[in-house]
Amino acid sequence: MSELAAHSAHPPGFAHQFETVAQQREAGKLGMWVFLVTEILFFGGMFTAYTVYRSLHLQAFITGSHLLEVKFGATNTAVLIVSSLTMAMAIRSAQTGKRKGQTIWWLILTMLLGATFLFLKFRFEWYHDYVDGIVPGVSWSYHGPYAPGAELFMCFYFFMTGLHALHMIVGIGILTVLTVMTARNKFSPQYYAPLEISGLYWHFVDIVWIFLFPLLYLIGGRYPGS
Amino acid sequence: MSTAIADLHETPADLGVNYLNANYGIRSWLLTKDHKRIGLLYLATITLMFFVGGTAAVLMRLHLIEPQGALFEPETYNKLFSTHGIIMVFFFLVPSIPATLGNFLIPLMIGARDVAFPKLNLMSWYIFITGCGFALYATLSGGVDTGWTFYPPYSSSFSHTHVVAVALGVFIAGFSSILTGLNFIVTIHKMRAPGMTWFRLPLFIWALYATSLIFVLGTPVIAITLFLLGLERILHVGIFDPAVGGDPLLFQHLFWFYSHPAVYIMILPGMGVISELITAFSRKKIFGYTFVAFSSLAIAIISFVVWGHHMFVTGQSIYAGLVFSVLSFLVAIPSAIKVFNWTATLYKGSISYEAPMLYALGFIGLFTIGGLTGLFLASLATDVHLNGTYFIVAHFHYIMVGGAVMAYMGGIHFWWPKITGRLYPDYWARVAAALIFIGFNLTFFPQFVLGYLGMPRRYAVYPAEFQVLNVMSSAGASILGIGYVIPLIYLTWSMRYGRAAGPNPWRAKGLEWTIPSPPPTENFEEIPIVTEEAYNYPTSGVASV
Repeated sequence: MSELAAHSAHPPGFAHQFETVAQQREAGKLGMWVFLVTEILFFGGMFTAYTVYRSLHLQAFITGSHLLEVKFGATNTAVLIVSSLTMAMAIRSAQTGKRKGQTIWWLILTMLLGATFLFLKFRFEWYHDYVDGIVPGVSWSYHGPYAPGAELFMCFYFFMTGLHALHMIVGIGILTVLTVMTARNKFSPQYYAPLEISGLYWHFVDIVWIFLFPLLYLIGGRYPGS
Repeated sequence: MSTAIADLHETPADLGVNYLNANYGIRSWLLTKDHKRIGLLYLATITLMFFVGGTAAVLMRLHLIEPQGALFEPETYNKLFSTHGIIMVFFFLVPSIPATLGNFLIPLMIGARDVAFPKLNLMSWYIFITGCGFALYATLSGGVDTGWTFYPPYSSSFSHTHVVAVALGVFIAGFSSILTGLNFIVTIHKMRAPGMTWFRLPLFIWALYATSLIFVLGTPVIAITLFLLGLERILHVGIFDPAVGGDPLLFQHLFWFYSHPAVYIMILPGMGVISELITAFSRKKIFGYTFVAFSSLAIAIISFVVWGHHMFVTGQSIYAGLVFSVLSFLVAIPSAIKVFNWTATLYKGSISYEAPMLYALGFIGLFTIGGLTGLFLASLATDVHLNGTYFIVAHFHYIMVGGAVMAYMGGIHFWWPKITGRLYPDYWARVAAALIFIGFNLTFFPQFVLGYLGMPRRYAVYPAEFQVLNVMSSAGASILGIGYVIPLIYLTWSMRYGRAAGPNPWRAKGLEWTIPSPPPTENFEEIPIVTEEAYNYPTSGVASV
């Protein structure tokens, strides 16, 4: 430890197992990328199952998809894309050493957009689905054409968006911690790695939605002429 | 020979300040971020799980002494083999070498103070014991009878046992694997000491790197699959239920996409251990370093494209079967490269037969039998005959027990002096190694014959003409059981009463042997600078004492 202590200029957050600050930053970044790879595989299992069933029961999946309200999905897509921008602005602000107030506001804005997404999803989509009786296993009263396959589609809709929403909730939790850390002056242009790697996570969760939206809401040509 | 070496190094019982005695108390263990202590926490946990799973195996073999079954109702027998499989695969074999020896050795071998993310490492252990808790709870409160494969629709709609609790346990333990793999990958990439280039790494590190890739790429898929299965069972919706358009075969595809690579999670770290043991006890540089290193990566990559060989008789397309068959044969190439290179390393080596080396030699023989019988099963035509019989059981036990567990035992014996700073009685260690080898072969070789003759696996009863072979197998299991209990006794004994080992009782190469035993908390007083390749043993043939 003695020679470590000799590194007189450790910034806050420097961990003992590393030899240099650069090593720590690179390790953190690589760790997050590897984690995102595991997340891709995690969602990938579900996307694979979705793809198999969609090819087996295309018409039923289209029927199920038409039970969803595009306007909510589209609004949420816009909300999430903007939240990725505000997340990037928060990192930029910390990186260029702006006043910490500015970083905090970008973070809070990101969280608010995330919360808006969840509010729309739960209050206006899931709750109405429950009232309309299109939640498999909980309340199911749809008996139109292709009912079994449409139920399968709705299972995937709820599992996939539910898993995504869970990731959003975790993301908002992480952003809360980052906001507190920023307020306590933990970050500087020399050390903002936690913001950066959390940003990677946030963007990843957004990208998952970018795939979910068309696969769940937009299949089968909803509009005349398409 | 080892006794002589031990005498040379006999030191007073005072082992100095090290990671074991730097601080005391249960808190210092439960909140430790030291990779060495976390390795020991895993060691204790998986040893417990090993004996739980082993007990189930012994009970099964006792039951099968009589054709009509000596002890249990068929339902109980089903629970026994399910418990045995689930505990041994997910809670012992998968974490065995990576989580214990891997955690302990990776930073020591690459010249680092710890893994890249020590807190995450501790969290992995807590996640793991949470998973163990669910599995043990389910076992004690009535068990599960689906087999370790959880195939629906039986597991989702028909079984009346604790499927959800066990699946949840496996799901949770999976995240421990994922985080351990992540930690290892980053550690190996970013924490190597100056001069420790990729091609100077011990082959154990290459093997664990390949294993970590499988952890990271495979485990999330089984997690999501079991998640879907659990939701189907709880909500009574038909993800894999043909009644609403689901497909049970999809579960099998997703399950084996992880569970076939999982076999290599078990065997690759074992291969890494064997490379260390063979070089240390033949005092020679490994033959064909780069081939052995890249064959680990090749096995990891190929392992992801062979899962369909578990499904030859399930109604998968014949063309898919053909492709999976050819791809499965490919795994034999990197596996054979390793076996040939180990053998070539032995050639003209100065070989000695301490206990770890007995395990290593046992591994080479048993793994070869297990691997070659795998080729029978990768061939479409013979698989139709052998699928679902005891031939399969014998084959994968030769890989998982004859391979993975032998390597694990060899590794534990090899690095025990480093871990505890003390020597175990070599005589008893050799006796136990011999008993395990004899008991293992007596247990499982007859099962090849049983399977060839057509005895199906997972049955609680069997025709009377199979009794002789079954009794042989059960007799072997009892020897094997004793073989596993003896090390438990003398290793525990040695922790307190064993003679001090000194830093390098085997005179082996590698950074871990350059520091005191047990190592200090920070591992290295000063981060070493590496200037030589791995296994740079004196080439004169006879070791210079």
